[in-house]
Parts: sequence; structure tokens; C-alpha cells
Amino acid sequence: MTAAHGNPSGGPSGKPTGGLTFATVDSEAGLKVALSGPRPDIVMKLRESGLRGRGGAGFPTAVKWTLAAAARGEQKFVVCNADEGEPGTFKDRVILNEFPDLVFAGMTIGGRAIGAREGILYLRAEYTYMRDALEAVLERRRKAGLLGANAGGLAGFEFDIRIQMGAGAYVCGEETALIESLEGQRGEPRNRPPFPVDTGFMGLPSIVNNVETLAWVACIMAKGPEWFKAVGTDKSTGLKLFSVSGDCARPGVYEFPLGITVAKLLEAVGGSDAKAVQVGGASGHCLPRSEFTRALAFEDISTGGSIIVFGQSRDMLEVARNFLEFFVEESCGQCTPCRDGSVKLLEGVELLEEGECSTAYLRELKGLSKTMQLASKCGLGQSAPNAFLSIVEHFQGEILGRSAAGI
Amino acid sequence: MVDKNEDPLTVRTPRSMQAPAGQAATAMPDAIGGTIRAVIDGQTIKVPVGTTILEAAKELGIRIPTLCHHPDLCIAGVCRICTVEVEGQRTLQAACTYPITAPIKVSTSTRTVRQARRHVIDLLLSRHYGECYSCARSNNCELQALAKEYGVEFFRFGQKEHRDHEIEDSSYSVVRDMDKCVLCRRCVRTCIDLQEVGVLEAIGRGDQTAIGTFMNKPLADVVCINCGQCINRCPTGALREKDHIEEIWEAIDDPAKHVVIQTAPSPRAGIGETYGLAPGRALTFEMNTALRRAGFDKVFDTNFTADLTIIEEGTELILRLYNALVKKDPKVALPQLTSCSPGWVKFIEHFYPEYLPNVSSAKSPQQMFGALIKTFYAEKNGIDPKDIVSVSLMPCTAKKFECNRPEMADSGYKDVDFGVTTRELGKMLQQAGIDLPNVPKSEFDDPFGGATGSGVIFGATGGVMEAALRSVVEFITGLKVEDLYEHADIVPVRGFDGVKYLEIKIPDAVGPVPDIIKHLVPDWNWAKGATLKFAVAHGTANAKKIMEDIKAGGKFSECHFIEVMGCPGGCIGGGGQPIPTSPEIRAARARAIYSEDAAYAIRKSHENPAVLKIYEEFLTDGPCGHKSHHLLHTHYTARGKYIA
Amino acid sequence: MLVTEQDRLRQDIDALVERHGHARSALMPILQEVQRNYSLVSPYAMQVIADRLGIHPVEVHGVVSFYSYLSEKPKGRYIVRLCRTISCDMAGKTRIARQLENDLGIEFGETSRDGAFTLEWANCIGMCDQGPALLVNEKVFTRVTPAQVHEIIAECRAIFGNQAHQLREGLHS
Ligand SMILES: Cc1cc2nc3c(=O)[nH]c(=O)nc-3n(C[C@H](O)[C@H](O)[C@H](O)COP(=O)(O)O)c2cc1C
Ligand code: SF4
Ligand code: SF4
Ligand code: SF4
Ligand code: SF4
Ligand code: FES
Ligand code: FES
Repeated sequence: MTAAHGNPSGGPSGKPTGGLTFATVDSEAGLKVALSGPRPDIVMKLRESGLRGRGGAGFPTAVKWTLAAAARGEQKFVVCNADEGEPGTFKDRVILNEFPDLVFAGMTIGGRAIGAREGILYLRAEYTYMRDALEAVLERRRKAGLLGANAGGLAGFEFDIRIQMGAGAYVCGEETALIESLEGQRGEPRNRPPFPVDTGFMGLPSIVNNVETLAWVACIMAKGPEWFKAVGTDKSTGLKLFSVSGDCARPGVYEFPLGITVAKLLEAVGGSDAKAVQVGGASGHCLPRSEFTRALAFEDISTGGSIIVFGQSRDMLEVARNFLEFFVEESCGQCTPCRDGSVKLLEGVELLEEGECSTAYLRELKGLSKTMQLASKCGLGQSAPNAFLSIVEHFQGEILGRSAAGI
Repeated sequence: MVDKNEDPLTVRTPRSMQAPAGQAATAMPDAIGGTIRAVIDGQTIKVPVGTTILEAAKELGIRIPTLCHHPDLCIAGVCRICTVEVEGQRTLQAACTYPITAPIKVSTSTRTVRQARRHVIDLLLSRHYGECYSCARSNNCELQALAKEYGVEFFRFGQKEHRDHEIEDSSYSVVRDMDKCVLCRRCVRTCIDLQEVGVLEAIGRGDQTAIGTFMNKPLADVVCINCGQCINRCPTGALREKDHIEEIWEAIDDPAKHVVIQTAPSPRAGIGETYGLAPGRALTFEMNTALRRAGFDKVFDTNFTADLTIIEEGTELILRLYNALVKKDPKVALPQLTSCSPGWVKFIEHFYPEYLPNVSSAKSPQQMFGALIKTFYAEKNGIDPKDIVSVSLMPCTAKKFECNRPEMADSGYKDVDFGVTTRELGKMLQQAGIDLPNVPKSEFDDPFGGATGSGVIFGATGGVMEAALRSVVEFITGLKVEDLYEHADIVPVRGFDGVKYLEIKIPDAVGPVPDIIKHLVPDWNWAKGATLKFAVAHGTANAKKIMEDIKAGGKFSECHFIEVMGCPGGCIGGGGQPIPTSPEIRAARARAIYSEDAAYAIRKSHENPAVLKIYEEFLTDGPCGHKSHHLLHTHYTARGKYIA
Repeated sequence: MLVTEQDRLRQDIDALVERHGHARSALMPILQEVQRNYSLVSPYAMQVIADRLGIHPVEVHGVVSFYSYLSEKPKGRYIVRLCRTISCDMAGKTRIARQLENDLGIEFGETSRDGAFTLEWANCIGMCDQGPALLVNEKVFTRVTPAQVHEIIAECRAIFGNQAHQLREGLHS
């Protein structure tokens, strides 16, 4: 085809990703270290590095892996979460395109750490175009002895990776929904506890990690925990990739140390005159200018790396509507607060658009939002009202008392 | 404590997984001796590892509201009405799903919790087509009760004012009103997990999620077995039985019609519940009076044809054994499977049609009675059968389908005109202003009159088997059952184990062949020393286990006779019984039935004088004879599971 | 459906089951391949799959209806999925949408009468920095301008017209 092809690899078309740290790390060096030392060394190094999950929730990777390593099960699984569905997130696409070896090495290291023989990459349906290339990488790794029996040359260590495709459901990025999907079920999140580390895929201990997390694991093994935590904050160590889109001069994938302020980031991407920034995608928070001093770190604003910039002319109510439409459709539909609550919030936005929402009803909707955050079964419903709440809070002047025709 | 007393059949690995067994012990220092300390609303309790907050609270007498939770079903955790605060947790936790695996501090009624519950109720009401005054479940609806409990006095998030769905009433048994569905998925778990029929499932995603059938076809066109178990567990009026109350009143009001009713054993043990009595009190003889007061011309006891079924089905079994063992006929299908549960019959027609030859050709007691009423009874009393309206009171929604089977017209008319459920009759009697628990007792009407204890126990799982064994064993051995089992209680086939198995060794000394079947088998010599093997299953999930085993040539394929009841617990747990249901409620109803059996003077079907008399007067060529074949036996339809 | 078509479908499914196994965990890969090869998972296919995996057809239906990339109704040879999420929205998805509707003569959610195109909305497809973005089957198009819509469609039509017999290959190249 000749028409404007996408550029799945780079950040903004043409922008080289060679500047990312991942480009400087030899994926196999990390694997070698992990396979040559004693098994517990792996989680020890991870603990020292302070690595926390890059998928959004920021769970300490060492803790997750330690639990899975300790859990009993005749078989265990390493699952790489490549469902990247959070609006505004695309860094995993770039990693899988440019640095797949790092991710597969990270999975292999996970296999050794917890005692798994099988790794599964759950790739979202929208990324099917990457599948063949990834399969080719896997095949190359098998041929090179990095996967399969005696993987990486370690006698008795068997580990292989297969790819399973998603089928178009944002909620399957939630780890237990992802596992349900792997098991051939509707992607409905499970009750937790129990957690996947002891009752995961097929009821067996499993670790589910984000693409970027696994790539960093390989890097940490190669370069050591000290190298990793040299940047970042005490509680949020290391570098993080950010997916930047919206009203800025240079959208794309960026690498910054955790703890960077919103303002600094905006400066780097050419979005300093923004009216607001959505951090963390549809399920994240909308920050007004007054909060641009806040830090992108787990102890302040936790994020999987989605940064969406809103310019001065944007209608924030439209933003809220867009996100709520997303949740109404992408909720798995099993639990009441999320399924029906999202609908009520969306209807509320419609009332606001029409200029027909009383302050009292808006207060009611805020209360409902709180219930959704507290009582929903999974992270989707718990975060679905975030954007609505922050927009209603910070841009009240803009959204109240409209006339039906518009502003 | 927390003796859940669950049917074993309901304990299966739930799809969304329960507490992990091994996890707690290692991680939790306090888990000494497998118990853990939980503090709930300031009260302390020690519970076994893995006990849910809901169970622990119940032990303490603290009520946490539930909606999607049901004692027969695996945990879902979807309605979120049961959320509570757990110290140290950022979000509220669903009490029904949360396993206690570490010391825990819970608050069940904080401001936040109450607010969240109120919101959940408000949200459910906003999508619910509430028309309580005209709803079948008014006053027995869990949503209505919750709304009342939480003081809903206005619709915070609006109310559904228009229907989005048409009422789906294609089925003879189950009516679906999806505008009243609250998506608790109890029906889904019932149909897929408990019954393993697989008719209902959540379809779609997000706000489009709805409970549907395969390709959203009408219930009549899919593999539904009409068991009504989904109705029993639906908290709202979204599922109900197809109701015939008005037609029956019309018939009663029509002076030209002779309206008779037969009553099965299980409704008697259940109907008190529709009057608010505790489960387990049989109102058999009060009901006779009440039915006459309501306007029925005759009240008959289905147990009469239950006894008749035992004779016909037992004779059929003896013939099959004789033909297989003595005549070496390779075509004889064994094990013989019971046929009195129409839910089970439709199950096998759909899922194991190749085994239909194994199903006894004897009709169910309801249909035998129907055929006799419009022939024998009509003749005897000089009533034109076309003027008879024959009603049957059943614990069962599948009976509504059964009486509408086209082949069920051997009298020349529709043998049974209406099957009504215990719930419907409860409503009728209330409409008639009858205070059922307090009316005087009275007997059943002749000529079918009294029954035996064997007929009564048909209502509980194992009952048909026990009744059959009481007769067959006596026939063959010539011994009294009482000599083999104390009080003739064949205990091994009782109880709620999903699958029961029993072997009986025929002694080397056998008795004479009773007169009634003398023309069929010359002697019992061939049965000497034989070991007869029997099995009992209730709930179609257990039936499936047995059928798969038979298919694989396992131990059940060597059985001679297997009783299968479609519903968990047998008919006492039937889909037409009062709501709610639970293992405890079914056990209480079963106790009522067994104590009624114990009170009967005659407890064996073949000793029922009325039964013996009908073979003398009417079915003169005996059990499995020509006339009985015409009126009391039937055939089945291989339906298969594929849907066009 | 003709009996022969049903037979072929059944054989295809049996081959897939052979490859992916009889466990329920094989369901998604099987459904995905059936969808890919037939542009839908038909009711008959669902029943055969259910039978082979030992589950209920309604469960398969439940799964098919859950995922956006599986469908019980036939889809066009080319499924155009335009992202409607916020970044693409801000980058001008509305005009692309209108032009797609104009050029295809169908609305979102519809399939063209010749069976060539299905037009659908997508939620974020991970190209937010290069919006407006859309997918045609597996292929991604970014920074799409209204003027390019015509070009993209023409290209698909060319393949659809010329290689009708090789559609399955052409479609997923
Ligand atoms: C609705 C929802 C969607 C999610 N989507 C993703 C996703 O696309 N990718 C991802 O890595 N994690 C996603 N997560 C987080 C995962 O549940 C899980 O925490 C993560 O994969 C763990 O990996 P990490 O510890 O390496 O971050 C999502 C969570 C929720 C609640
Ligand atoms: S919160 Fe939403 S996505 Fe999560 S389980 Fe509930 S309905 Fe499903
Ligand atoms: S009546 Fe029985 S088979 Fe039919 S839908 Fe209900 S539970 Fe399923
Ligand atoms: S039909 Fe009844 S049981 Fe089924 S989900 Fe709806 S409310 Fe629950
Ligand atoms: S077990 Fe009883 S109530 Fe249930 S379907 Fe069978 S006959 Fe009806
Ligand atoms: S009763 Fe606990 S979530 Fe429904
Ligand atoms: S918002 Fe369109 S691709 Fe992400």
C-alpha cells in the first residue's frame, strides 16, 4: 500500500528511538548474569534496584516474583502483558518493535526466578501487525539456544515463549481478566484474593508483568541495581518511558527519570502552554496548570506513562465525555458500580452539556464516583471516574451553566 | 463452625476461583491450628482459614446484605452490595468473596459502606423495570427487600420507565422478563455450573451486557430442560414460571367443567412456605380441604400413580433383566434409567439421545394419572372426558412442558390440561382467602384414595429407587424388606450425595413369582446369587457424570437400574417450589417427606389395594400389558444438542 | 448454509482443534482463526467448537460477544477501524470519519453491500502520537488526512476487485 503508512516503530514518525537506554543494553548480557548465578540472586537484585511495575500500578516486581517463587504449583507461568490498551499509551509497542530481545530475555529471567517453563506474551489484537516479526525473533532465539531445553545454556533449565493474541477488550489488560482470556473465557476480572502469584493461569502460580517492566529486568541484570537506581526518587527508582500525545509540538515516546515534574516534561515535549494534562490515560487524573509542579512518581502521581496534553482551546467536558464513553463500552459489565455507574456519569456529562445539571445532582454524581472507586471489583471501575472527578473539580467554571447550544 | 452443609454437587471449582487452599498457612503467623482471628464490628471470632467475611459475620449474627451470592452456587462477587471496610485496604471488599487468611478487622456498617450499598441499589433500580404491584415476585423479591432495608424513598439515578425487552414466553415453563434483570448471574451459574445444561450466559460487554441464550433464541428453541432451577435462584421477577392461574379459575367457574386436581408429594412439603411457615411442615390433608374450598371437584393423590409407576417400571426392569440374562437378547438396553423426571428426560433427549432406549418407557406419575382420569375415572363415573379439566399440582416447571408433549394424549384428549407449581397454588389459595395452615384436614378422593409411603418418598432424591427396591426385592427374594433393612428404610439411597451407589446380592433361595407378573417370568432361578447394582443421581450435573461414565464403560455402565432426578435434591428442590431454596431448606422438606412415609401403614407400592384393584378392574392384562402400554407407557424424541 | 459448506467448516475446525488442543484455553486461538478465515464465527461454528472443547455453545457465544474482534455477524473483507479515543479525537478524527462514511456509503457499524468494507469505531489503537489513526484489518495508517481516505479505500478496492479469489491472503498481507 502506498498511502500514509503508520510508523509502528519510532516515536513520532522519523524520531529515532536510538536515544533510549534500551538501545545501549545488550539483552543477552542480562540473561547470562541471571542464568549463571544462584536463582535467588535474581529477586535479590530486583529488590535492591527498587524496580516497580511499569504497567501502572507500580507493584514492586521483586515482591511479586518472590511470592510466585515461593508458591507451590506443578507448573508456573510468566505472562507478559502486552495488551497496552490505556488511551494515550504506546511505549510498549515501541519496545516490542525495537527491543523485543530485551523483553524476551526479561521473561526468560522471570522463568528462572520463579521456576516456570512457559512464558506467554499476550499481545493486543490491534498489534497483530507485529506478530510475525515477534515470532521470528522467538524462532531466532530458539535457534540460538536462548529458549527451549537448556535455555541460555543452563543445563536443566527449560523455558519457551508463545504468543497469544487478544481480541479487542481493554479490560484484558487487567491481569486477572487477561488470565481469564488466556483460559478461553470472557475477559472478566476475578475476585482477588487469591492473586495470580499463587492462583493464576490454569489455577497455577503466575507472574504478570508489563512489557517495559520485563525489559528493565533484563537491563538491571546486565548493569546491576546500582546503575538502575542511580536515577529516580527513593520510592520510584530508575527511568521510565512516557507516551506523549495531544497538543504538544513533539509527541512521541520519551525516557525520563521517575520523579520528573509535569512542567519539566511539558517543556521537553513542547507543550508548556497546556491548559491541562491527563496523566495515566483514561483511568488517570486530569491536572490543571496549578498542579504541573507535581512529580510523575509512584508516591505522587502513579502512571503507566500516558501523558495527554490539552491545549488552551480544548473543551474539558468533551474530554470527560470521550473517556466515559470509553469506559461505558470497555467495562467488562459484570459489577454494578462500574457497569451502571459509568453510564450514569456519562448521562451526567450529557446533562452538563445541555446545561441541565443541578449542583445537587452533580454532588450526587461525585458521591457515586466515590462509590465506584471504592466498591468496583477491579481497577477499571475503580479508576473510571477519576477523569470525570478531576475535570469536575478543576474546571467547574467551564462546565456549569452551559446553554444547550454550547458554551 | 461454619458448617456449610452444602450439597456436594455444588462444590465445584468456581470459574472465578475461591480461596486458595495452601496460601495462607505459610504466610500467616496467626494461622495456628488453621484458625484465624477476625474482628468484625468489634466482635471477635476464630474461623478456619479461608472462611469468607460473610460467613464469619453470619456466625456472629451480623447481617451483611447479599444479592449475587447464593448458597447453592459458586461465588461471583459481581453485585457489590456486600462490600465492607477491611482495615488496611484502600478499597471496600466484597464480604462474600473475601477469604480470611490473616488476622483481620472488618467494619460492616460504616457511613462509607452504607453509602456504597445505597448507590448500588440506586443503580440497580435505575435499570430495573419496577412494577412491583403487578410482579410475580412482589413480597418475595430480594431487590424490593433491599430497597426497603436501605430506605430508598426516591430514585436517585432515575427509574426505567419503558421496556427495552419484550417478555419472552416461548417456553411452556419459564418466562423471562429481562427488564427486571439485575445481572446477578445466579441463573447463569445455576444453568451452567449447578445443572450443567448451559442455556443461559452473559452476552455482550459493558453497558450492553445482558443474560441471553445461544444466539438469543427463544427458550423454547434451545436446549433448556425446563427444570426451573434458574427461577428458584433468581432474586427478582426476571424469571418466573408460566402461570395458569387464570385459566384454572375459569375452568372452576364453568359449571360444565369437572375440574380435578392431583397433588404430588413435594408441594405438600413446600406449600407452607408460601404462607410464611418454616420449611419442613407438610400440609397434605389441610391442602385437600383447601383445594375443595377453592372449587376443585375432586382431589386425587399422585402417589397412587407413583405406586403404579413402581409396578410398571419395576416390571419393565424385571423383564429387561430376564430378557438379557435368560433369553440372552443382545438388544436389551441396560442399565434401565428412570423416566419420571421430565427435566431429566429432556436432558437425555438433548445430550445423550443414543441412550434413550435405556430410559424406562413408563410415563411419569403425573401423566399416568392424566391418562387414567380421562379413561378409567371418566368411565367409572359416567363423565364425558371432554368435560374434565385435569390439573396437576407439581413442584416442577418441567411438568408444564411434559403435559404439553404431543404424545401425551393417549386418553384421546390432552391427558393433563394444566400443570401448576407449588408457588402458583399458594397464590391461588391466597386469592381464595384460604388460611391454609389452619383449615381442617381431610382425605383424598376415591377411587384412587390412599397411597403408600413409597409414593410419598418419590419427592426426594433416592425415593424412586427406594420405592422400587422395596417392591422388586420382595418380588424376587420372597423376603420382607423389613428383614433386610430396618423399618424398610433403605438408608443407603437416601441423603443428598450427588451420586449414590448400591449393590444388593440376591440370596440363593428365591421366592415364588407373584401373581401379578406370573405370566411374564416363570421363576426366579435365573436371579439366584446375582448381584444387582443400582445408582441414584440428582441434578443434571450429576446425571452428566453418570452418563459420561456409562459412555466410557465405567462402573455405572454395569448398573441395572439408575434413578435420575433433574433437580438438585429431587422434586423437593423442584423448579416450582417456593423461593428461596438452599441445602437446609431442601433437607427440611425431605425430612417432612420421610416422616410422612414412616407414618403410612402400607409402605410398599405392590401392597397398595387401589393399585391391585385397577389391575383387576381396568388394566386387566397386567403390568406392561397391552392396555397399560397404551395408557401408561410412552416414547421419547431424540433432540440432540445442535440448534438450527 | 449448504451441507458441503458446513462440512468444510467442520473440517477446518477439527484441524484447528488438532493444532490447538481440546482444552478450553484453546478457545481464543481457534475463534480468532475462524474469524480470520470466514469473517465471522457462525452459530454453527460456535456449536462445533463447543462440542469439540466440551463446553456449551452459549459459552462460546458469550465469549464471541465479549470481544470486539470476534463477531457473530459477517464482516466485510476490509474492516476499517477508526480510533475515536481522545488523542485521535483532538487530531481530527471527526473529519476522517465523515469522509469514510462518504466514500464508503455506509455508516459506522455497517458493512457495505458488496461485502467489501465494514466501518467501525475503535478505542485507542496505540498510535496516539500519530493521530488520527486507523486500522484496515491488521494494517495501521497514521496521520490520516481526509484526502487520504479515498486513496486508502481505492487501494483496498483494487485488491478486492483483482484478486477476489485470493482475498484471504491479500487481506492479511
Ligand atoms: C483496566 C486495566 C487495564 C490494564 N491494562 C494494562 C495494560 O494494558 N498493560 C499493562 O502492562 N498493565 C495493565 N494493567 C495493569 C495490570 O493489571 C497489572 O497490574 C500489570 O500488568 C502488572 O505488571 P507490572 O507490575 O509489571 O506493571 C491494567 C489494569 C487495569 C485495571
Ligand atoms: S470494575 Fe468494571 S471492568 Fe472491573 S470487574 Fe467491575 S464491571 Fe468489570
Ligand atoms: S429451566 Fe433449567 S435448563 Fe432451562 S434455563 Fe433454567 S436452569 Fe437452564
Ligand atoms: S435473570 Fe434473575 S438470576 Fe438471572 S441475572 Fe437476571 S436477576 Fe439474576
Ligand atoms: S426433579 Fe422433580 S421438580 Fe425437577 S424436573 Fe424432575 S420432576 Fe420436575
Ligand atoms: S453478594 Fe457479594 S458481591 Fe454480590
Ligand atoms: S487515541 Fe487514537 S490511537 Fe490512541
